[in-house]
Amino acid sequence: MSRQNKLLINNISVVYSDVIQVLRGVSLAIKEGQIVSLVGSNGAGKTTTLKAISGLLKPENGKVTEGSIEFQDKSIQNLSPEEITRKGIIQVLEGRQEFKYLTVEENLRVGTATRWGRSYQKDLELVYDLFPALARRRKTLAGFCSGGELQMLVIGRAMMAHPDLLLLDEPSLGLAPLLVREIFRIIKKINQEQNTTILLVEQNTNMALQIAHYGYVMENGKIVLEGEAEYLKENPDVKEFYLGTSMTGDNKSYHDLKSYKRRKRWL
Amino acid sequence: MEFFLHLLVNGISLGFLYALSALGFVMIYKSSSVLNFAHGELLAMGAFLFLTLTAWAELPIILSFALTLTGCFLLGFIVERFFLRPLIGEDLIQVIMLTVGLAAMFRGLLLFIFGGDIHKYPEFLPPELSIKLDLIQIPSVYVATFIIGLLFLLLFGFFFKYSSQGIYMRSVADNQPAALSLGVHVRRVFALSWAIAGLVAAMSGIVLGIINGINVHELSSIGLKVFPVVILGGLDSISGAIVGGVIIGLLETFTGGYLSTSLREIIPYIVLVFILMVKPYGLFGLKEIERV
Repeated sequence: MSRQNKLLINNISVVYSDVIQVLRGVSLAIKEGQIVSLVGSNGAGKTTTLKAISGLLKPENGKVTEGSIEFQDKSIQNLSPEEITRKGIIQVLEGRQEFKYLTVEENLRVGTATRWGRSYQKDLELVYDLFPALARRRKTLAGFCSGGELQMLVIGRAMMAHPDLLLLDEPSLGLAPLLVREIFRIIKKINQEQNTTILLVEQNTNMALQIAHYGYVMENGKIVLEGEAEYLKENPDVKEFYLGTSMTGDNKSYHDLKSYKRRKRWL
Repeated sequence: MEFFLHLLVNGISLGFLYALSALGFVMIYKSSSVLNFAHGELLAMGAFLFLTLTAWAELPIILSFALTLTGCFLLGFIVERFFLRPLIGEDLIQVIMLTVGLAAMFRGLLLFIFGGDIHKYPEFLPPELSIKLDLIQIPSVYVATFIIGLLFLLLFGFFFKYSSQGIYMRSVADNQPAALSLGVHVRRVFALSWAIAGLVAAMSGIVLGIINGINVHELSSIGLKVFPVVILGGLDSISGAIVGGVIIGLLETFTGGYLSTSLREIIPYIVLVFILMVKPYGLFGLKEIERV
């Protein structure tokens, strides 16, 4: 399988406010048409990595100080978000940042900002097709929608922009298990039917590795482990620290629980 | 009865004038949540630009009208570009203080060039525009005010509600990071809203100038009158601006007519206090949607 690299991040460092270093030498590659998962604990730098790609570091006074980010073989680091979105990279922010005072349909229409002036009716239908729940709520103010509907709304809104590369930041945050499964099913569907390349940041490692082709594990601003999703799922460390099962797969007895004594291999 | 009708007509057209002045203010607030304290001065800039073109340069009315509107559109654009853009990302209060400074600067500039006297436009409104009802004669200025006001308010109402650009502008006011993540050109939205505000301000400045004569102090004090209007109607609502404007306009003329002219300036604020006690977001303002 020799697919082309859609996005290539080469050894980047990100610094906030000129002093706080959050990423120290992150490299990753995303192949055309794949779903790539980026997992890790809180504060590992996952969201920062996404923002470095989408250019949203800038308003937060962050900067890529070293390394390079290449999208379709063109360098994009430290460009403004307006330019990056117009190249086809759309980020879905963490925590469902809907436009409260706009209706569902108006929210979706904001997604057309990168291709203003062109017709969007077809795309609306496509999104309502993916998320029938939204079609029923099209005239409702987004502020009155439920968490599940909002997550669908923000993903749908991003789809309106016809992204080449979709960056999803924790789509499962705060959703019931059934809804999480539904959202992930749709993410997979988007990847297969629209052929959209997806970079998925998740805390729900189990779900994330199920739908991904490839995965990266981050800790303390570095990539510590990478591999095919199948390989990561079987990796004893990932199992231990992120999937919560022991090496044998049996339930653990509290008696032998000394995981705090076990050093992570990669540190 | 005749007196009553007279006051009613006066009040309504004054109200539309206030609504029109408030429109530019609402425009900026809607897209960037900035309270523009220099709005009265923007109005005055428009009025004086029109004066310069008609009375001094003696250009034809239509041409100078078009030039004034374009000029103030550009002025709004320039103000945003050079004064407000460097403050993007700073606290809102700093931006608002900047508009106070802008107000002082514009007023000083106008006083320096034109002095504090009252100037007048040459007569140009066709007298056929005036309408004669049974008892009263509505002067052509008021008819013109009414038509222009209604036209602009409808135009911008539809613009915000249905056009894509209008929706992008509202999205920026609603959630700026999210708008950025979708590729909305936030800086362009700010520039556009200031430019449109400049244009509308010029429009209302000219109409005010026709009615009251052109005077720096008087025009910039209209900028203050905008506050009860928009607070009454709800800061971010165009229909609110119309209703608020008409209410304040009627209140003013009726107090002036039946009670005393000195109460005229005060009554709107008193009513404002009572209305806000009942409806703290104004009559049509957005209620904060809070998720608990």
